[in-house]
Amino acid sequence: MGNLLVQERTVVVPGEKIAEGLDYLPANGAYRKDDFILAGRLGLLTVDGRAVKIIPLSGRYMPKRNDIIIGKVIDVTISGWRFEINCAYSAMLSMKDATSDFIQRGADLRQFFDLGDMVVAKIVNVTSQKLVDLTTKGPGLRKLYGGRIVYVNCNKVPRVIGKQGSMVSLIKNATGCKIIVGQNGVIWIDGEPKNEVIAIEAIRKIEEESHTSGLTDRMTEYLESKCGKFKQEQEEQPQEEQ
Amino acid sequence: MSKKNPVREHILKALEKGVRPDGRALTEYRPVEVTYGVSKTAEGSAIVKIGETEVVAGAKLSIEVPFPDTPDEGIIMVNAELLPLSSPRFEAGPPGIEAVELARVVDRGLRESKALDLKKLCIKKGEKVWSVSVDICTLNDAGNLFDAAGLAAIAALQDAVLPSYDGAEIDYENKSNERLPLSKTPIPITVLKIGDHFIVDALQEEMTSVDARLTVTTTADGTICSLQKGGDVAVTTADIGKMIDISLEQAKMLREKL
Amino acid sequence: MAYTKRVDGRKQKEIRPITAQAGVIKNADGSAYFKIGNTVAYAAVYGPRELHPKFMQDPSTGILRCNYNMMPFAGMGNRVRPGQNRRAKEISMVTEKALLPVVDLKEFPNAVVDVFIELPQTDAGSRCAGICAASIALADAGIPMKDLVSAVSVGTVDGTIIVDLDYMEEAYDASVADIPIAYIPSTDELSLLQMDGEITKDTLLEALELGKQACREIIEIQKKALKEKYLVSGEENE
Repeated sequence: MGNLLVQERTVVVPGEKIAEGLDYLPANGAYRKDDFILAGRLGLLTVDGRAVKIIPLSGRYMPKRNDIIIGKVIDVTISGWRFEINCAYSAMLSMKDATSDFIQRGADLRQFFDLGDMVVAKIVNVTSQKLVDLTTKGPGLRKLYGGRIVYVNCNKVPRVIGKQGSMVSLIKNATGCKIIVGQNGVIWIDGEPKNEVIAIEAIRKIEEESHTSGLTDRMTEYLESKCGKFKQEQEEQPQEEQ
Repeated sequence: MSKKNPVREHILKALEKGVRPDGRALTEYRPVEVTYGVSKTAEGSAIVKIGETEVVAGAKLSIEVPFPDTPDEGIIMVNAELLPLSSPRFEAGPPGIEAVELARVVDRGLRESKALDLKKLCIKKGEKVWSVSVDICTLNDAGNLFDAAGLAAIAALQDAVLPSYDGAEIDYENKSNERLPLSKTPIPITVLKIGDHFIVDALQEEMTSVDARLTVTTTADGTICSLQKGGDVAVTTADIGKMIDISLEQAKMLREKL
Repeated sequence: MAYTKRVDGRKQKEIRPITAQAGVIKNADGSAYFKIGNTVAYAAVYGPRELHPKFMQDPSTGILRCNYNMMPFAGMGNRVRPGQNRRAKEISMVTEKALLPVVDLKEFPNAVVDVFIELPQTDAGSRCAGICAASIALADAGIPMKDLVSAVSVGTVDGTIIVDLDYMEEAYDASVADIPIAYIPSTDELSLLQMDGEITKDTLLEALELGKQACREIIEIQKKALKEKYLVSGEENE
């Protein structure tokens, strides 16, 4: 016997009783206390079969293997580079993971990535002590030139990207901006200044309304009101100037 | 400066088209809001919001011995704290140079404008005068703390009511119906130079690209009562003239918020 | 002459009116505003973030670091010189101990979760207000927490047990016991217990039960503040 005490997809707070009895199992962010399952953090309650999970709505980014992130070079060492990746832990990119090209022994690594450079990289490993290793060998992984950086709540990133990139494509098509969204809540945007501002406002709107339904339609409406009608393409296509 | 600064390049490119990172025009302020009487324990207080920047100022009154060189004048003191609560870039501890500069700039504006008639704060020459302490604390730093702090300080003084004083002891719990002898409203406006462009109300993200800044404190009749130049780059007198013009214009707008 | 009528007219077990809000400081990872009567506390959480100095780092867990401070104009009387005095240092420490039992920072080795509490206005019960605000802020920041923590003062004035003492009562001209407590409802445990004054064991235990009851009321308000910020219902998927 067991029953859910709280409706699915409602916000729960730490200590809140979510389920009673032994039918349900506490998973991410929930824990068992005697006969009850309680919330172990603030978040959105979801039930996956018998597993009770709490999806975080807030909180700083925690590095995860295979995440594509945008980081900033904060140190150049003899064998690689150290990056700040918008969380409590920095990340390392070693020479061998940076490029397939041959790098001369003793070469100045700053030629490749210099202090302050923004780079799209992939996390290849995270140790229990949160030492993070990156690679820039792979499709789409590279140094970023120009553009500007905005930070979003990393928990909203899936929403900003959308299903199969649908949401971010919407913004790209409407504003004509190049946009790359890092899983660590760092977003790079490059386009006409006015359009960059529209793109950012759109992203903020998604952040605020991420929990509501019908968002894609509303964002389409919103972007059309700001940029005029635009073609909805999923691939990179040359855009009409606004 | 041989080191490339891509962030600055990008901001300059946008400024050339008259666009700030948040879409504002170059001489446009974010929404400004002043709320009075936010702290019951302060004799006068105010919170100023400029966009998402939020600053609280509290004025406390006490009776002190006047300074020996001004035996018939009251005392005014301004202190500022950049609270670690308000930004990840502030650390707990005694005021650093940024907080000290902020406090001194606001202090000079209030003092040099003679906004507060210090002579009227004298109770007994050489023995007792009212001492006004203004403490400014940041609640959220989203850029332009100088202007927010200056506005909050003057608002707190406007809000202040003297506690009752029977000649021997101050009774903080009972207020008199006397306000501070405030005759002017000095307003600081910080104008910043990036390349050939002048902006006001800078965001934190614009600050790293700023070449120079000038904080101009003016009173309603257009008199400049205090100046503070900051930034690593030197400016021409033409620049200074331009920045003063901009600040006079913006001060009018900010003064209306009081 | 027992203290039968409270200075502000409240009943024995009545707490002062409370206003609580989450997410009031935009720069912070989590934040809260908590007002009880005339005592106001802001709390902001930054973290997990890198911890300096390095020697403080703990490879087995993140650490919690609390900093309590009253603004110079927050006292009922003279201005208080800014800077952490001894009282503030002690309160920072007991605040940390009050919150530690519920937070789980094992996911954040070598990192720190900083909690800053600032009060612009006080009328007794400031450390309790700080703890209530900090608790909301930590949850708002998504920190793994077993439960929220609530805090209030209980005590006796002239033999009568009361809840949530205000300044007039703390300073009352009679025998006063002022007992700030912090309470974790899910485990029915106290994580803060201090006392100024004189009391017998029996009266103390009685007062603590009343305090827990008050804390349970306050927790509902803290929960509400969090839920209001995250007003969520309905589907996320389209």
